[in-house]
Amino acid sequence: MSAYDKVIAARDTNKLTSVDYIKALFGESFIELHGDRNFADDKAVVGGVGMLNNIPVTVIGLEKGRNTKERMERNFGAAHPEGYRKALRLMKQAEKFHRPVLCFVDTSGAFCGIGAEERGQGHAIATNLMEMMALKTPVLSVFIGEGGSGGAIALAVADEVWMMENAVYSVISPEGCASILWKDSSKAAEAAECLKMTAKDLFELGVVERILREPAAGDQKMFESLKLLICRTFEKNLAVDPERLAQLRYNRFRKIGQVK
Amino acid sequence: MDFFTFIKPKNELEGADTDVKQPYVPDEMWEKCPECGTLLLTTDVEENFQVCSKCNHHFRLNARQRINMTADKDSFVEMDAELVSSNIIDFPGYDEKLEKSKLKSKENESVICGTCKLDGIDAVIVSMNSEFMMGSMGTVTGDKITRAFEYATANGLPIIVFTVSGGARMQEGILSLMQMAKTSGAVKKHSDAGLLYITVLTDPTSGGVTASFAMEGDIILAEPKALIAFAGPRVIEQTIRQKLPRDFQTAEFVRSKGFVDKVVDRRDMKQTLVSLLRIHNYGEVE
Repeated sequence: MSAYDKVIAARDTNKLTSVDYIKALFGESFIELHGDRNFADDKAVVGGVGMLNNIPVTVIGLEKGRNTKERMERNFGAAHPEGYRKALRLMKQAEKFHRPVLCFVDTSGAFCGIGAEERGQGHAIATNLMEMMALKTPVLSVFIGEGGSGGAIALAVADEVWMMENAVYSVISPEGCASILWKDSSKAAEAAECLKMTAKDLFELGVVERILREPAAGDQKMFESLKLLICRTFEKNLAVDPERLAQLRYNRFRKIGQVK
Repeated sequence: MDFFTFIKPKNELEGADTDVKQPYVPDEMWEKCPECGTLLLTTDVEENFQVCSKCNHHFRLNARQRINMTADKDSFVEMDAELVSSNIIDFPGYDEKLEKSKLKSKENESVICGTCKLDGIDAVIVSMNSEFMMGSMGTVTGDKITRAFEYATANGLPIIVFTVSGGARMQEGILSLMQMAKTSGAVKKHSDAGLLYITVLTDPTSGGVTASFAMEGDIILAEPKALIAFAGPRVIEQTIRQKLPRDFQTAEFVRSKGFVDKVVDRRDMKQTLVSLLRIHNYGEVE
């Protein structure tokens, strides 16, 4: 599979979304919590609390929607500032109760529009990056589809970042890159190759700790093993002093692409 | 009139004559204000902090000019000047682009960091450079900024950051995106140490820089009319297929939406920074 094939696969509308993962992992225990307490409830971000085996967890996902109606409602997973602020509110709540945070990332990017700019899209993302880096509770981010730039990293300042084998993560879409650099968006496949945006590339660059085989809908056995893997990671990190955990998170980002 | 002029054909001599009637001013002594079109004497513009005396348009500055306008004379000591970017993900054409930018800007990277004094007050200063790949943030840019924050934190110093950037540098792929998290982490540590961070947003500040350290200052200042955006106007117009209002994303607009504390004329910038430093108890007599 070429890099661009991976991009196409990551965007496949039949793919499982955050809501599917939350349902399969948390079952009936998931309780959705809405709103950023400031402006609105952004449906491009789904968040709440639930039990992962015997661990209480805060779970937050960028949600694209599973059919046309849902996709419209959820703005195709492109969050507004209030979406990132809702995510941060839930993360700070998790920190208060020392609950681990699980994030699912699936977005083409933070929304680009008048309202998003007026309400401080840059400020919302920046605040998440700053606060997540110092969050005194475990954070794990799992990329399940598209990881579009600032809109993705705003939920991915984590102790570990995992990726499904067909997920992608990039600073810019291959189409955007091709049209800016080569004035030709049809060269997207070439750009996808150059950007090193596949799970394998990112693993080699040290941006990702683990590549996961993608569970199919209804494959509960696969979900059980994923759940076990997540629980083990949380148990390990819950045992680390929270201050030290935040320092380790800082070190993680400090050494990616290290300059000598 | 020298000998060679004397033997020129008559019509050229006439041309030379008309020139002589006007005061002779070489082109490089004039600058045209891109905003109001007024022709300004370069020396006047320089004396006026690169601001148009007619319409107050703020010309773009490079990183050194910015530092020279801000730091006390001879007080700036540069840090990490030797760090240079390399083509870490083998992006086609990036090596050439880096070479060209180095030649054009006569700098190693899109940011200059160091320590300086402002009216005798010690501070760390970070100045981004639009002349180097439009101030885009690559790994070295992010690393220099992170080191500047770490230095400020370790030495209990306030930090002033002048931003100008097109955003993350796509030729470094995901590693440029990672700089947003890294710099934000360093800002957070500086902030948690109780130290002052002032951002000055200059034209243009956008993308991954807006969505990281540019928006993380305790106090966020901006130059008049500077473009301040997450997504640039063209990207938004393409996304929503609508024309944008004229003042959209100007410093004044962003202030009215609550994301900038104060729009400061460049000629008052240093004094404003010094006042803010003093209010935060920096520069006390020991």
